[in-house]
Amino acid sequence: MAAIEMKNIVKQYGDGFPAVNDVSIDVDDGEFMILVGPSGCGKSTLLRMIVGLEDITSGDMVIGGKRVNDLAPRDRNLAMVFQNYALYPHLSVYENIAFPLRLAGASNEEVDRKVREASSTLELDEHLERKPGNLSGGQRQRVAMGRAIVRDAQAFLFDEPLSNLDAKLRGQMRTEIARLQRRLGITTVYVTHDQTEAMTLGDRVAVLKRGVLQQLATPRELYTNPVNLFVAGFIGSPPMNFMPATIEGNQVKMPYGSVTIPEERAKKAQGKGLLIAGIRPEHFEDASVLDSGKTQGSTFKAKVDVVEWLGNEAYAYVPFEAPPEVQEQLLQLERDLDGESLRTQLVISLDGASRIKEGDEAEIYVDARQMHLFDPSTGENLTLDSSAAGTIPSETSTQQVAHEQDAIATPGEQEAATET
Amino acid sequence: MKQKLGPGVIVGFIVILIWCLLPVAWILSLSFKSVAETTSGSAQFLPKSWTIQNYKDILSNGDFTDALRNSFGIAIIATVLSVIFATFAAYAIARLDFKGKRVVLSIALAIAMFPVVSLISPLFDMWRTFHLFNTWPGLIIPYLTFTLPLAIWVLSAFFREIPWEMEQAAQVDGATSWQAFRKVIVPLAAPGVFTAAILTFFFAWNEYALAISLTSTTASRTVPAQMSFFVGPDPFNPPYSLLATASVIVTIPVIIIVLLFQRRIVAGLTSGAVKG
Repeated sequence: MAAIEMKNIVKQYGDGFPAVNDVSIDVDDGEFMILVGPSGCGKSTLLRMIVGLEDITSGDMVIGGKRVNDLAPRDRNLAMVFQNYALYPHLSVYENIAFPLRLAGASNEEVDRKVREASSTLELDEHLERKPGNLSGGQRQRVAMGRAIVRDAQAFLFDEPLSNLDAKLRGQMRTEIARLQRRLGITTVYVTHDQTEAMTLGDRVAVLKRGVLQQLATPRELYTNPVNLFVAGFIGSPPMNFMPATIEGNQVKMPYGSVTIPEERAKKAQGKGLLIAGIRPEHFEDASVLDSGKTQGSTFKAKVDVVEWLGNEAYAYVPFEAPPEVQEQLLQLERDLDGESLRTQLVISLDGASRIKEGDEAEIYVDARQMHLFDPSTGENLTLDSSAAGTIPSETSTQQVAHEQDAIATPGEQEAATET
Repeated sequence: MKQKLGPGVIVGFIVILIWCLLPVAWILSLSFKSVAETTSGSAQFLPKSWTIQNYKDILSNGDFTDALRNSFGIAIIATVLSVIFATFAAYAIARLDFKGKRVVLSIALAIAMFPVVSLISPLFDMWRTFHLFNTWPGLIIPYLTFTLPLAIWVLSAFFREIPWEMEQAAQVDGATSWQAFRKVIVPLAAPGVFTAAILTFFFAWNEYALAISLTSTTASRTVPAQMSFFVGPDPFNPPYSLLATASVIVTIPVIIIVLLFQRRIVAGLTSGAVKG
């Protein structure tokens, strides 16, 4: 077991495109670290650089106090679970799990003991003699994990291990992975594009966008204190609502009326003109189901377009018109998040007891204390409580590094990158 | 999915089977006829009196057994070398990025299309100069040249089918590149290796033009070439029954190999490696 330190890691491909740009993440010993982001954000590349399947263009990869940049994968003693499991189809489950031990030259008794230990942990005992081709997706997944836990690896690396499973199995395996990791207490780096996995599994979560680390924080910090529009939109399901807003004193004016926000938040956002207000769906409520005591906030009237009733709660959709500059920023955000939203609308999470129907003119309560205000031009969260937002790579240093890299990336360097 | 065969299909099958197997049956039947019966121009399909004298004769014929030994030796050595070289070459072509990859593949294809006959006279001269004429290497080398391209193409197609992750997983599990190749890639490419091996063996086993031109004695002459020397005492009455017997004996190894390996040449060995 070991800590993994990534210091200013850069991965540049032959065409000079930085897939990973100046990412620094410290994974503590025994920590469960999640790398999350939409496709193409460089999370898998980063993981493959940790394990040694990708060369590192610049920066230091330190595992257990040892710089491993130039070590081959086999010398790094890491265990990895691949997205498509990569089981050896010509070997039985037993031999698949035993494979790393055999390579290490373990004795037959030791192999047998460790394989049986791993297989009982993963409930694979009755499948040991079968070939991977005859196993179900969940069983294959467990074999892949068995191959990882059978060695005394310094860390586990998971590359989207659950994305090939169906939804129900995914939930079960997620819990299983969490339980296993807590029990073994082994340093784990887990790549996913699924924010639910990120939130539920991780001790800390690193959110990446186009190769740049956006925020590194605990799930709770990410959820309550997103550093920018991207993180705010990525974390949470359904996602945070974004609306155009202007601020005057501590009054925030939005398409459906004004709300009052706390003084200290309002102060940070003064004088910025048009802003984007971010409110999570659960911070709205049907005013009619609220206890009379819970009146911290404002209400507004809106015409509900669609209601999705799920039993314990319901989602109401309220379309609104946004001014072009906000519209553009929101569309860009959707593209960054791999989404494709056709209209600007509010998603409101209602209590299951709510009787609001489609087409109703409903009175909606909004808890404005939880509202965030974002600068539409930079996407930066103006109301950020930086003491509870984890690590944020400072904007200036990132830009500076990017600039330096442009300067460094001479033709000779690019050629070298092509050859590797 | 089971489908009931119509009568037309069955009749078609039978016609094709007769068409293909009648000559084989004829050769078999000939091999059990006595020399006297064939020279007198026997009209009937089955032998009048069954005899295994032909087999006894041919197996005690020193020239034939020498030729058989040469055939086995040359075909097996050519096959083993061809498969080994082709495996490495195909792996490099499928996995590595190097300059001239396309050139290698096109040249391989060009060689495969080159007519064997056109090479015989230059090879004849060269082999006499290099003292390779009438030796085993003298046949093995040209056989390698003609079988390698096909083997490389077959194997590189198989290697391309093997997911990259298999090898990367092996490397992460602690394997060197060589161990990953030997323990993961080659077993997975086994159907391809066997296919390449069988194709190479058949080519070397059946080859006639080079075998007859580049050999002069039974020190290196293979069975197909040797059979052309079975003329018997009377040039107008070749010993048909002996020739037929030789043909049957030469066919037996081929049949055995096909039966042995047909179970190994099953596609889809990689099923279950990755989620499809």
